[in-house]
Amino acid sequence: MPKDYGIGASSKRREDVRFLTGRGVYTDDMALHGQTYAVFVRSTVAHGRIRSVGTEAASKMPGVLAIFTGEDFKDVGGNPAGWLINSRDGTPMHEPKRPVLAHGKVRHVGDAYAAVIAETYQQAKDAAQQISDDTDIEELPAIVDMRAALADSSNRVHDEIPDNQCYDWGWIEDNRAAVDAAFKSAPHVTTLELVNNRLVPNAMEPRASIGEYFPGTGDYKLTTTSQNPHLTRLLVAAFVLGIPENKLTVVAPDVGGGFGSKIYHYGEEALVLAAAKKLARPVRWTAERSESFLSDAHGRDHVTKIELACDKEGNFLAFRTETMANVGAYLSNFATVTPTFLHGTLMAGPYKVPHVYVNVKTVFTNTAPVDAYRGAGRPEATYSLERVIDKMCRELGLDPFEVRRKNFLTTDMFPYTTPVGLVYDTGNYHATLDKAMEMADVAGFAKRRADSAARGKLRGMGLSTWIEACGIAPSNLVGILGARVGLYDAATVRVNATGNISVMVGAHSHGQGHETVFAQIAAEKLGIPESSVEIVHGDTSKIPFGMGSYGSRSLAVCGVAMTKAIDKIVAKGKKIAAHMLEAAEGDITFEDGKFSVAGTDKAKTFGEIAFSAYVPHNYPLETLEPGLEETAFYDPANFTYPAGAYICEVEVDEGTGKVDVVAFHCADDFGNVMNPMIVEGQVHGGVGQGIGQALLESTTYDENGQLLTGSYMDYAMPRAGDVPFYNVDYSCQTACTHNVLGVKGCGEAGAIGSPPAVVNAVLDALHSGGHKIAHIDMPVSPGRVWQAING
Amino acid sequence: MTQVSMTVNGKPVSGEVEGRTLLVQFLREGLGLTGTHVGCDTSQCGACVVHVDGKPVKSCTVFAQDVAGSSVKTIEGMANADGSLGTLQQAFQDHHGLQCGFCTPGMVMSSAALLADNPNPTEAEVRHHLEGNICRCTGYHNIVKAVLTASGQPVAAE
Ligand code: FES
Ligand code: FES
Repeated sequence: MPKDYGIGASSKRREDVRFLTGRGVYTDDMALHGQTYAVFVRSTVAHGRIRSVGTEAASKMPGVLAIFTGEDFKDVGGNPAGWLINSRDGTPMHEPKRPVLAHGKVRHVGDAYAAVIAETYQQAKDAAQQISDDTDIEELPAIVDMRAALADSSNRVHDEIPDNQCYDWGWIEDNRAAVDAAFKSAPHVTTLELVNNRLVPNAMEPRASIGEYFPGTGDYKLTTTSQNPHLTRLLVAAFVLGIPENKLTVVAPDVGGGFGSKIYHYGEEALVLAAAKKLARPVRWTAERSESFLSDAHGRDHVTKIELACDKEGNFLAFRTETMANVGAYLSNFATVTPTFLHGTLMAGPYKVPHVYVNVKTVFTNTAPVDAYRGAGRPEATYSLERVIDKMCRELGLDPFEVRRKNFLTTDMFPYTTPVGLVYDTGNYHATLDKAMEMADVAGFAKRRADSAARGKLRGMGLSTWIEACGIAPSNLVGILGARVGLYDAATVRVNATGNISVMVGAHSHGQGHETVFAQIAAEKLGIPESSVEIVHGDTSKIPFGMGSYGSRSLAVCGVAMTKAIDKIVAKGKKIAAHMLEAAEGDITFEDGKFSVAGTDKAKTFGEIAFSAYVPHNYPLETLEPGLEETAFYDPANFTYPAGAYICEVEVDEGTGKVDVVAFHCADDFGNVMNPMIVEGQVHGGVGQGIGQALLESTTYDENGQLLTGSYMDYAMPRAGDVPFYNVDYSCQTACTHNVLGVKGCGEAGAIGSPPAVVNAVLDALHSGGHKIAHIDMPVSPGRVWQAING
Repeated sequence: MTQVSMTVNGKPVSGEVEGRTLLVQFLREGLGLTGTHVGCDTSQCGACVVHVDGKPVKSCTVFAQDVAGSSVKTIEGMANADGSLGTLQQAFQDHHGLQCGFCTPGMVMSSAALLADNPNPTEAEVRHHLEGNICRCTGYHNIVKAVLTASGQPVAAE
């Protein structure tokens, strides 16, 4: 029988009730007394030198309270990159300043160079238009294409960076010669050049921020759409505005999705705070969707050549990758780590391949900044590998299922150190592949293909066996790799006198359901009802500390921190029980919410212990403190390594080139599962986004750096009719060996594993129709398919 | 500025609006009914769907003064009289048809309009009807399941 309570139960989400009745409180839902409105003036050209910003006329317009330009922030700090990456020759990356508002030059369409604050939104909007009309910007040639950017030193995104290159990174540089040698002597080499298409994350809630300043105390408050309020506090306070950290509260209330784009600190947040101080009134800003397209951090955008060396039976001998990764005009906070350590270290996949080398050149262009988007680097790695493997199978006439099987690491090989520096703790890749094949009824495919043919469609089946490193991340390891922050997390468990508890967690939920799942775990560990647990997140004045939610880290890092804090509560509870029951502390056991003296019927309930902690009559105060509240920080010993096998079936219409995904099967190993319903939902969402990347979503800049896909009329978001029901399984569970919950993380899986399965299926369909097409880039649109078929 | 009056969730309301004030602005800023969301500026996402005289309408795409005298229903008016979730809302919770909740009000209002018109839609009809509502979180799977469940049909697939 499925569990109906605690760990492993599909508890319904408590947050749903407020969302389903319109009572969620997102940033833009808040109305503040005396509030004012900010509107940003954004560059309409991709690259230009600012001659003058025309504020004169705008400043006299009705309702205008203040105007800010780049000049106002030129002496404060820039928004920093979170990781220092060194080039192959040991030189540090180029790190241009990213100002609050552009100064001197504008570097992408949408780059904000001024902001107006007015009494009403419409007044601010009108004045912003006036500034735009009155501003003089000398347009410079736009740098859009990465190859051209690297080749032409005369045209520079940042004047001080000659070849527009941020770094030229090799991983692992010392292995390069051995990899090259393996290629030289290999019986077979398959080469594939591909593009991992740029995506716009498109959380449905546009970014929004409200700044407040309290002159009486000198305190600031920022309410903002953030996945990690503490990091935002650190960046705004310590790096950009120079506010003491203890004078700034950052609140991320209900947040409508993030997918990476809301991890980072953005200039708009600093602006509303600076403006709130100047006016001593709240200043609010909410992005229009058009602004989101132009100014949110985008994702992916790699141009890659991958090579696979193998013997004639398809045993892998070496992988070699050369990638150009676009970072856009400025370095967003995680932009430098995404194409390197979140990509290159995954290039061994779940396979026993002896030699792997990865080279990544990261390039500045006059486009929006690019950073981590759901999966971040790992989808790029998986896509390259899973595509080149299928291409090799076709070249050698081998079965793609069998080739994966013979190259998989086996369960007796863990812990396993890959040639790209990760240590996989556990896994069972054969099990997930077997499961996926059973779910997909691979044996019955020929019949389904014939049925499709009878309806005039080409049917194809595509496989992807993926792995990722998440539960980000061990601080000592990432510190060596260049991280400028630690990646632990924290939780405080506060037992109230009446026995219910509040848990303050550093993880932030923007759709993941933490309020439900964290409560399930706490309730089970303490033997109390889930309804007695309240989860508090997203407010730096309430929670101890936290690094937020991304990289499938919430449970694997913060969930473990909470578990450790609960252990401390139990330990303290035993001390209290020993005192109350006049027994030795070592004789007290805790089970099902009761502290008992072992071997007797003497016991105190959790509630009695809690009450006594706050009404400490007769406490031995030298040895027992009143109160029952504990905090724990947890820094993981390793990444976690979820993995799985995805099988996609498509039908292709040869006449129109349209691809329909008709079946999608996911067999994943997430380790232990806390709430199956939520895990399934995470996989659905990730696969939906992966199908979007594979078939629909294209972020297109023209040669002048104008974004051609800047609205939902031009950027094809997956809609309900574009996707099937997904068939999801998580029964293959190898528990993570280094965290007490045994969890690995499930948030990114779907987006990592699905794109290659879809594209492999399309190519399989086309080949079955006699179209010998080696490669089509994503998105595999009807136009591209039709072109491929018809030459 | 003109004075408009309408009925919202069964209650008569009125307020001052400009000619350019959108219905969604009147609901959110004028009446404080912030359950109706704004997710785009091109009438594509459906986060703003409400019912006007029983028909689903993107409230970002009509002027407040154009619905003067109408009866408007928003997500805040969808629960049962005793405050418990209505059938469709309950189906969304039961089937995990929402994650971040931002698209949810529009999804519920749009689906409710479908079920009023077509009490027993097929899966394909549900998916087709929801083309004007974008969700980035759920991959639509559980939304479609929720709507099919609320329609009283057995759910077509897991
Ligand atoms: S706000 Fe997007 S359709 Fe109305
Ligand atoms: S639940 Fe987040 S957009 Fe639909």
